[in-house]
Amino acid sequence: METTPAIRLRGVTKRFPGTTEDAVSGLDLDVDEGSIVVLIGPSGCGKTTTLRMINRLIEPTSGRIEIQGEDVAERPVTELRRDIGYVIQQVGLFPHRTIEANIATVPRTLGWDKTRIRARVEDLVEVVGIDHEMLSRYPDELSGGQQQRVGVARALAADPPVLLMDEPFGAVDPIVRGRLQDELLELQARVHKTIVLVTHDLDEAIKIADKIVLLNVGGVVEQYASPDELLREPASDFVESFVGDDRSMRRLTLATVGDLPYEQGPVVPIDTPPPDARAVLADQRSEWLGVTDGEAFLGWVQGSEVEDGVRLDDLHRFLPAAQVEPSSTLRNAMEVIMNSRTSVAVINDDGRFCGVVTLERIRAGLEGDLSAAAEPVG
Amino acid sequence: MFLATRAANPLLRWSYFVEQWDRIAEAIFQHVQLTLLAVGFGFVISAGLAFAGMRYRWTVTPITLFAAFLYTIPSVAFFGVLVAYFGLGLVTALIPLTAFTILILVTNILDGFSAVPAAVREAADGMGLTPTQRLFTVEVPIAVPYIINGLRIATVTTVGLVTVAAIVGYGGLGGLILDGLRRAFWTPLTIGASLSILLALLFDLLFFALGAWLTPWARRRQKS
Repeated sequence: METTPAIRLRGVTKRFPGTTEDAVSGLDLDVDEGSIVVLIGPSGCGKTTTLRMINRLIEPTSGRIEIQGEDVAERPVTELRRDIGYVIQQVGLFPHRTIEANIATVPRTLGWDKTRIRARVEDLVEVVGIDHEMLSRYPDELSGGQQQRVGVARALAADPPVLLMDEPFGAVDPIVRGRLQDELLELQARVHKTIVLVTHDLDEAIKIADKIVLLNVGGVVEQYASPDELLREPASDFVESFVGDDRSMRRLTLATVGDLPYEQGPVVPIDTPPPDARAVLADQRSEWLGVTDGEAFLGWVQGSEVEDGVRLDDLHRFLPAAQVEPSSTLRNAMEVIMNSRTSVAVINDDGRFCGVVTLERIRAGLEGDLSAAAEPVG
Repeated sequence: MFLATRAANPLLRWSYFVEQWDRIAEAIFQHVQLTLLAVGFGFVISAGLAFAGMRYRWTVTPITLFAAFLYTIPSVAFFGVLVAYFGLGLVTALIPLTAFTILILVTNILDGFSAVPAAVREAADGMGLTPTQRLFTVEVPIAVPYIINGLRIATVTTVGLVTVAAIVGYGGLGGLILDGLRRAFWTPLTIGASLSILLALLFDLLFFALGAWLTPWARRRQKS
C-alpha cells in the first residue's frame, strides 16, 4: 500500500497583485509524515510564501495543497489553522496573557474544559523544557530563547499533526540557536510531527532536516534531497554555489562516527602472544598497539617494545587520549585524531570498545552515502 | 481700607460651605455628570471612528483632521453659537465638551491598535482565531493602556472645560466661579476652582488605578 504524504503540493503558484513574476511557480512537493523538511534558498525564492500557503495565511493563485489527502482550500480557514502548529521568528506571544494562557490559546478556542487544558499545559512544559514557575509570568519577562520555547509549546498545544516553522530560531543568538535546534530534534524524536521549516541558514538546514528543498528565485525547486545527498551530489551549478565550496567540511559536521563501518585497527586483547601482536602491527603498518581487556580499551603500547618474551600487560601503556563516541561528528573525530600521537581515535560506546577511526577511513567515507546509516547509535 | 476689604471679603469664608452646601453639592453633581456624559459620548464616537479608520486606512487622515478642527474651535465661541440652537442648558454644554474629547480619544485608540505587534497579529491568525476573536481577545487588550491614557487626558481636560460651560448656564462648579467673579466675592470662586482641580486629580487617580488594574502585564514589564 502506498502511503499518502502528510503534505502534498501540486502545481502551486502564487503571483502577488501588482507583480509580473510568480513568487512561487508550479511547485510540486511531497512531505512524508513525521519528517522534517526544510525550505531554504536566497531571498525572493518564495520559501516563506510557500509555508504560508500551507495554512492559507496566503491563498495560492492556482494549484492544490493537501494535508493528509485533504484539500486545504475546502476546509474553513480557522478550523484548518487550529489543526496546524505555527511558529514564527518573532514568536508573537500575546503580551497581555500569562505564559500559561498563551500556551492554552488554541485548546481554549477549541473549547476544551479547564482540567484538560491544565493537564495539557503541564505536559507541554515538560516537552519543551520551560520552568514550571514561568507559567504565571508574562512574555516580556522571558528571554528570547525561553519565549521561543513557549512559542513551540503554544504551537503544539492542540497536538496538531503538522507544524509550520518560519525561521523559528532566527532572532536568538547563535549559542541559544544551537541549543534550540538540539531541543527541536529531541522533541521531534518524541512527538513525530510533520514539520516544514523555513530558514536562510544552511547549517541549520543541514543539522535538522530529513530533507532539504533548495528553492531558487520564483519558487523553483533546484533540488529536493537529504542534507548529505545535497552536499555530496549538488544537482546544479546553483546548488553547488549555494552550498559553498566547503561541502566536505559540512558533511563532516553532519555525519557521525557511527555512520562509518567500524574498523578493528591495530588492537588486540591484552593476553595476545607477542608474535601474533607483531603480525597485527605489521599488517596494519602501525607503530602503536592498542590493548583491550574484554570490552574495555586499556591503552596504547609502543610497537617497538613488543618483543618475544614480554607480556603485553607489563609494557608501559599510554592512556587513550584520542577517544570518540559513535555519536561524535566526523569533524570532531578529525579534530581528535589531529591532536593524537597515534593518528587514530578509539571509538568508545559507553566504555565498550567498538573499533578505531582514522583519517583515511573518514576520507573514504566521504566518497559514499553517509546518510544511509544516519540514525544515531545508542 | 484695603485691609478692611480683605477682612470683609476673604479668599475663603468657611461658613459658606454650611450655608450654601446644597448649591455646592448640586454644582459638583452637575460637574461630574457633564464630564462623564461628554467623555462617554466622546468615547463611543471615537471608538466608532477609530474602527472605521482601522477598517479603511484612508479614512484616518480625514478623521484626524476633522477631530483636530473641532479641537481648535475656541470654546467660548463654540458654546455661544450653540445657544442660538439649543438655548441655555445641558445640550448646549454637552456638544462642545464631547467634541473636544474626540481628538484625544481617536488618536489614542488608533495608537493603541497600531501598538499591536505585527507578529502578534500573525500568530493570532496562524492559530486560527477568527477576526472577531482576534480583535477582542488580542488587539483590544493590548490597546487598553493607550485607551485608558486617552480617557484619562480627555477626562482631566473636560473637568477643566466644564467650568467654561457656566456661560451657558450649565457649568457645574464653573457656576460658582462665575458667580464669584460677577459679585467680586472670592469665596465661591475659590471653592469652585479648588473643587474643580480636586475633581480633576481624583479622576486622574481613578483612571491610573483602573489602568494598573486592567493591565498587570504592562506593570510587570516596567519592573523587569
